Amino acid sequence: MFGRLSWSAIPFDQPIALITSLVLIVVILGVLGLVTARGWWPYLWREWITTVDHKRIGIMYCLLGVVMLIRGFADAIMMRSQQAIAINAPGYLTPEHYNQIFSAHGTIMIFFAAMPLVIGFMNFVTPLQLGVRDVAFPTLNSVSFWLTASGALLVNVSLFIGEFARTGWLPYPPLSETAYSPGVGVDYYLWAVQISGIGTLMTGINFVTTVLKMRCPGMSYFRMPMFCWTTLASSLIIVAVFPILTATLAMLSLDRFFGFHYFTNTAGGNPMMFMNLIWAWGHPEVYILVLPAFGIFSEIFSTFSGKPLFGYRSMVAATLFICVVSMMTWLHHFFTMGSGPAVNTAFGISTSVIAVGTGVKIYNWIFTMYGGRVRLGVPMLWSLGFIFTFVIGGMTGVLLAVPPADFLVHNSMFLVAHFHNVIVGGVVFALFAGLDYWFPKAFGFRLHEGWGKAAFWFAFFGFWITFTPLYILGMEGMTRRLQHVNVEAWRPMLDLSLLGVGVLVVGVICQVIMLLVSIIKRDELRDTTGDPWDGRSLEWATPSPAPFFNFAVMPNVEGEEAYWGIKLRAIESQQLSPEPDYQPIEMPVNSPVGFYTAFFASVTGFALIWQIWWLAGLGLAAAFAGFVVFAWRDVSEFHVPVEEVARVDRARRAAREALLERLAQQGALP
Amino acid sequence: MSQVDLPATIDAIRRVREDPHRLGHRGHGPEGPVVGAGHGRTGPASKRIVVGYGFWIFLLSDIIMFSCFFATFAVLRGSTAGGPTAAQIVEMPRVGLETGALLLSSYTCGLSFAATNARSKLWTQVFLLVTGLLGLAFVAMELQEFISLAGRGITPQRSGFLTSFFGLVGLHGLHVTVAGMWLATMMAQVQLKGFRREIIHRLICFNLFWHALDIVWIGIFTIVYLMGVTA
Repeated sequence: MFGRLSWSAIPFDQPIALITSLVLIVVILGVLGLVTARGWWPYLWREWITTVDHKRIGIMYCLLGVVMLIRGFADAIMMRSQQAIAINAPGYLTPEHYNQIFSAHGTIMIFFAAMPLVIGFMNFVTPLQLGVRDVAFPTLNSVSFWLTASGALLVNVSLFIGEFARTGWLPYPPLSETAYSPGVGVDYYLWAVQISGIGTLMTGINFVTTVLKMRCPGMSYFRMPMFCWTTLASSLIIVAVFPILTATLAMLSLDRFFGFHYFTNTAGGNPMMFMNLIWAWGHPEVYILVLPAFGIFSEIFSTFSGKPLFGYRSMVAATLFICVVSMMTWLHHFFTMGSGPAVNTAFGISTSVIAVGTGVKIYNWIFTMYGGRVRLGVPMLWSLGFIFTFVIGGMTGVLLAVPPADFLVHNSMFLVAHFHNVIVGGVVFALFAGLDYWFPKAFGFRLHEGWGKAAFWFAFFGFWITFTPLYILGMEGMTRRLQHVNVEAWRPMLDLSLLGVGVLVVGVICQVIMLLVSIIKRDELRDTTGDPWDGRSLEWATPSPAPFFNFAVMPNVEGEEAYWGIKLRAIESQQLSPEPDYQPIEMPVNSPVGFYTAFFASVTGFALIWQIWWLAGLGLAAAFAGFVVFAWRDVSEFHVPVEEVARVDRARRAAREALLERLAQQGALP
Repeated sequence: MSQVDLPATIDAIRRVREDPHRLGHRGHGPEGPVVGAGHGRTGPASKRIVVGYGFWIFLLSDIIMFSCFFATFAVLRGSTAGGPTAAQIVEMPRVGLETGALLLSSYTCGLSFAATNARSKLWTQVFLLVTGLLGLAFVAMELQEFISLAGRGITPQRSGFLTSFFGLVGLHGLHVTVAGMWLATMMAQVQLKGFRREIIHRLICFNLFWHALDIVWIGIFTIVYLMGVTA
């Protein structure tokens, strides 16, 4: 009846897992209870759960990403403290539990923290920058989000019911085959990632179409802001490589469920085929994450230097170069496979060559600042910290790209330090920078600067204190994923690394305080003009927070840096452009289909994990029924009346006129 | 739009040929930029262009997924672990029939869209039905092949080669099955709601999908079956 599911799936014998899950359940029940008691459900359902507004979906993606970032960080604290304690000692985590923690840490950080945050920014920013009112497929966008959330749910359910994979964040066979991992851990991994991966694939399709086919009049390719280019490049990689992930996970599932022999080490299966397939997805994946991060930095460097981005066209070329070459380097993840010198050399060279594209970008950012009026706001601090951190991470990467050197530090703590150096320094710094930069556009008030700066400095030094010792430990021969070590000489470095985690924790606390202080002082921090940073692209042409239809009248772009041109004209003529002729706006209606799909995806995923076949069949049948019902809807769009459009836009124009007058009185106008 | 008895009238064909959006005409021709094509100068593309374009991108990703299964087949085709080889399990007459049914279904699928362009509900439904029946025949023959192989103890659990064989061919069969379910819902929509704008968009996507599955089958027919027999 319930497949493999029984009471023994609940970890009564593991106090840490049990207490964490109980606390989580209490918190979730508390939140649900509060929402019910206050009667917030209709609001939540109408405005958030069924929304197809790209900005709201973007905000929900970011919220999911931040929550999972904290969950993944908790895993990190446990790993670093376990290793600092378990020197010639057992520590406080059993090997089974420790293996689950490092697997969950990687899986959560990449799939459910970094990806949702990056996609959240793509969602929130791209249509605004392109001057359009929504993405190409708004309802599909909602489905994508809810599928990602459903994957995240399954990962968290594994904490309380059953177990998570013990195989690392990429379940290498033959360890991940049924013979060696008979439990449900790997199945939780497979279905959580499979479901969220389908969501990501649909996001990729959505954004390729959006950037290529949905731009406001006059927005030709070479007038698009850099972030839109990186969204395009990242989405292209998603479309090209996420199907590989889907296929690979499906093959491993077939191996596990039905005894197929794709990756077994018996009956002609080929485990190394898994490494090739998974890294053919996995290496481009890091560029999916880091390219939009580069886009965020490009926007910030140019805005906070008061200059156009230096070398815009070379930046575009470098982005697309990385987009293509990212798919030609995957074998450097297993130089030790034994492919021979010729193959290893080819991939070593392609790996080094990709650094050239990144180098072009770094110089462009530095030259953007050169001769500019640099303002050291919080987003700019993260960006400067990024250049320093990322350059060092990139150089250790080039070192690892040399096969003979890689043979020495393969799978060591050096590697761990390297990829945290680029992913934390590249992606996470960008996400915090972007959070500070676009927060006013989302919520109408800026974040508190003092606490933001404190958060940056603690995170920056915390990062370096944590990971520099790991470089050294790697050089001394410490391999990754050790539950305990028996080399007394490593103790100082492991302690230092734990201290770094402590500094990072202070940084996280600063971020939380920043958020709370900003909410309390939101009236002082209010962004009345919609353009808090003296921005250059079209999202700053809208009020803050942006109305759900984004633009009352679709902008007409006449040059690069669309909004900067409009702003300069207004300042030169000391007046706004004449009031446009307002028209009713057609917008897509809300749809519960995303939530519905995710609900049945979660049920089906859970049923497949525990092999409750009837429930899986029921879930799939319900999904098909949902598809038919959705196809039958009659109304897919509604019209925003002219009066509403005019009211919102006149308020925006009044704020802009007040700003112009204030500037004129200050004598700031020509 | 007038009802036309035969879908393949000159009028209908002309309408198919004249793409109002002039896709692929980068210079925009003498008339200047075309509104709705999604080029930089003219603003967002029309709904029809956006839907078709997005679906092409999806097809691209689907074909990449198939390419992974093709790649595993290429790697594992020699790993028979002492079991049967491709030459020992292929029955060319049956595969020939399967191929014929699928190729013919692509032709009737194209005819159904010509009928859609002529706004002929009757002929659209007739040709969609024929397409569906041919697809069903294809799936039935494939299923029969799998069952007869399993009866001889030839299952994916036997060897790496058989795993990759059943995986690749089965994935295509699954696609055709799902496409058949989609086809059934499309026929119901055309019948009950007529040629509304979004239903025509969905018919465009369905046609693209059906033809793409045909193209993938040609790859399977060549690489798995023809090359398997000759190897």
